[in-house]
Amino acid sequence: MSPAASENSASGSGLAERLTGFVRALRAQGVRVGTGESVDAGLAVEVLGLADRERLRAGLAATLLHQEGQRAVFDQVFDLYFPRTVGAPDSVTEGQVSPGREELRDRLAAALAAGDGAGLEQIAAEAVDALGGYGSASGSDGWSAYQTLDRLRPQTLLARVLAALRAEAGETGSEAFTDRLTADEIRRRIERFRGLVATEARRRVAERRGTDEIARRAVLPSADRVDFLVAHSSRLAELHRTVGPLARKLATRLAARRRRAARGSIDLRRTVRRSLSTGGVPMRPVLRRRRPVRPELVLLCDVSGSVAGFAQFTMLLIQALHDQFSKVRVFAFVNCVDEVTDLLSRGRADPAGLGGRILTEATVTRWHDSSDYGTALGEFADRYAHTFTPRTCVFVLGDARTNRTPPGAAALRTVRDRARRVYWLNPERRALWDTGDSAASVYADVVDMYECRTVRQLGAIVGRLLPV
Amino acid sequence: MGTIEDLAEDMDVTAPTGYFASVDEVADRLAEAGYLASPAVATTVFLADRLGKPLLVEGPAGVGKTELAKAVAEVAGARLVRLQCYEGVDEARALYEWNHAKQLLRITAGREESWDETRTDIFSEEFLLPRPLLTAIRGADPKVLLIDETDKADVEVEGLLLEVLSDFQVTVPELGTVKASRRPFVVLTSNAARELSEALRRRCLFLHIGFPDAELEQRIVRLKVPGLDATLAASVVRVVGALRAMDLRKVPSVAETVDWARTLLALGADTLDETVVRQSLGVVLKHQEDVLKATAQLDLDAV
Repeated sequence: MSPAASENSASGSGLAERLTGFVRALRAQGVRVGTGESVDAGLAVEVLGLADRERLRAGLAATLLHQEGQRAVFDQVFDLYFPRTVGAPDSVTEGQVSPGREELRDRLAAALAAGDGAGLEQIAAEAVDALGGYGSASGSDGWSAYQTLDRLRPQTLLARVLAALRAEAGETGSEAFTDRLTADEIRRRIERFRGLVATEARRRVAERRGTDEIARRAVLPSADRVDFLVAHSSRLAELHRTVGPLARKLATRLAARRRRAARGSIDLRRTVRRSLSTGGVPMRPVLRRRRPVRPELVLLCDVSGSVAGFAQFTMLLIQALHDQFSKVRVFAFVNCVDEVTDLLSRGRADPAGLGGRILTEATVTRWHDSSDYGTALGEFADRYAHTFTPRTCVFVLGDARTNRTPPGAAALRTVRDRARRVYWLNPERRALWDTGDSAASVYADVVDMYECRTVRQLGAIVGRLLPV
Repeated sequence: MGTIEDLAEDMDVTAPTGYFASVDEVADRLAEAGYLASPAVATTVFLADRLGKPLLVEGPAGVGKTELAKAVAEVAGARLVRLQCYEGVDEARALYEWNHAKQLLRITAGREESWDETRTDIFSEEFLLPRPLLTAIRGADPKVLLIDETDKADVEVEGLLLEVLSDFQVTVPELGTVKASRRPFVVLTSNAARELSEALRRRCLFLHIGFPDAELEQRIVRLKVPGLDATLAASVVRVVGALRAMDLRKVPSVAETVDWARTLLALGADTLDETVVRQSLGVVLKHQEDVLKATAQLDLDAV
């Protein structure tokens, strides 16, 4: 930690203030921190001291966090409230000329080749200082990670680093098996460097605009709080990795509900019958015995571009839960319905390619590519509704945006009448329902519709609604 | 009434266990016991020791969660008391139980006694079977209480743990309240199969042990498999790192890395090449589809 920072935090009240600010920022990001934990965090700071930043980070994480899923958010906020240093990097303030783009690229290539973590951090700081500033020339208005990376182009260094490493290996000995791993390792290091640049840019901006504001606005939320509709592909890949653990949790939750349901309801007829032997007073209630049948589940998913991410995630989740049900059938549509159950069970090894496979191998579009709920629901009701049993529970997934075609509520009503329950999960925020071409309320009149924007919401809703 | 030696002794429940003086000491002494701790692990263990709070350890299987508790017990010279949780574990398995068979024998043996005499006698300590939680808080010798795989236990057991972990006391109706005279160092482990209740999490310090970084993992491998060549150890760790980056059903953990290193040593391999990796990949990967995927991505078919 630089002298300025330790001076700043040496006074006790300043530190307490910083700590509470930090806790407030965490709370604003959805991490639940109680007063007790804040006190523990204070004790941890007292015990550990401020000399070692990584220890402080570990100590605060141990006292304030309760789940690993919150760690990414925690780290970003920590970097803002307990920055590595203050102001421009030391080499710049010492009066040296700030390094040019080519020099930075040279040093970055060397650091990437050596896997030098501290070096990468240093280069990230200097790069943001030299290349990331925008606004009026001298005291710039802000720092942009995007601009820094756009000018520095670290991804183009891969070939150069590989060539350098190969030349080095060529001098010392023959080609080894592990050389084929090098490219991926360098790619991961470049990814890490990008993260460092983003952290550094956030830190510099926070100094200018105030830590609290940046912590509120610029921190990426944890994966389970990201809107399905705005998540980009790398975020979705991250989400796909959470399917397994989430399915396990839901399965235990279902098992608990099943246990409870099994000893719940009273069999009135048999209770009254038994009460005859005690003069009509029901002394001992008779509980209804449940036959251990597992319900059937049918999923009808809109897989058109806008909501594909949401549909895929939910399909994978239900697929992972399939042993909880006697039968799971999955249907996909854009403007034409097709069954994709097989595609889904075969494609467990490759969740990322699922969307592409559904679009190419199943017939989900006809004549055009925009979704048509009315036609799709009509077909669904005609072709499949007769296979439903009283144990079938239907989930419809989609944003109910009909592209101004007739909504086809009658078909949905048919489906509802055949199945035990029908639920509609809508990945749009409730405030947007019925705006534009959304027919949400038309469908919501027929079946129960739930807002389901994030993994967190989906987990809660699915855990509650899934039949046992 | 029977007596329990530490019945009335008072204890400050927030008192530190006081096994360690600094973070560095934690790391050094754990290393001597054969556990190489990352800075985060050492810091959190030190905090748990200092703040006197239970430590909740989560992480993938095989990264050394249970080992951590054992190592702490070893370096602190404490007795390790272990409660292995499973579905259906209950108070009688976790806390204490009366030895009914022995009580019956006692009753039949003393036929001439009055009921009052018998009753005081059969509910004395002699007939009490202490289970791990009670064992851990009785007596004055240092102890490490390991509650393993907490997520496997039912929700009801968590309620029991809450009482024991916040006050370190157990009430046996026939005997009175047993209060710890020296608080044990408590480690709970979980594989996150089930979400532990917020109340339990709040009482603990949280530590997530992930996969170690390459440098630490190399040290672990060389510590556990002393005969292994340094460059081979580095190669092993690099390949395992690459496997972890793939999207596999079960990514290899530290335990698998060490197993693989042992296998290579036994095979007498001195460098990694296609043949060796293809032959021994089954040690690291436990599913056939994972093996196929890794084979394809590592280009092992090229030979």
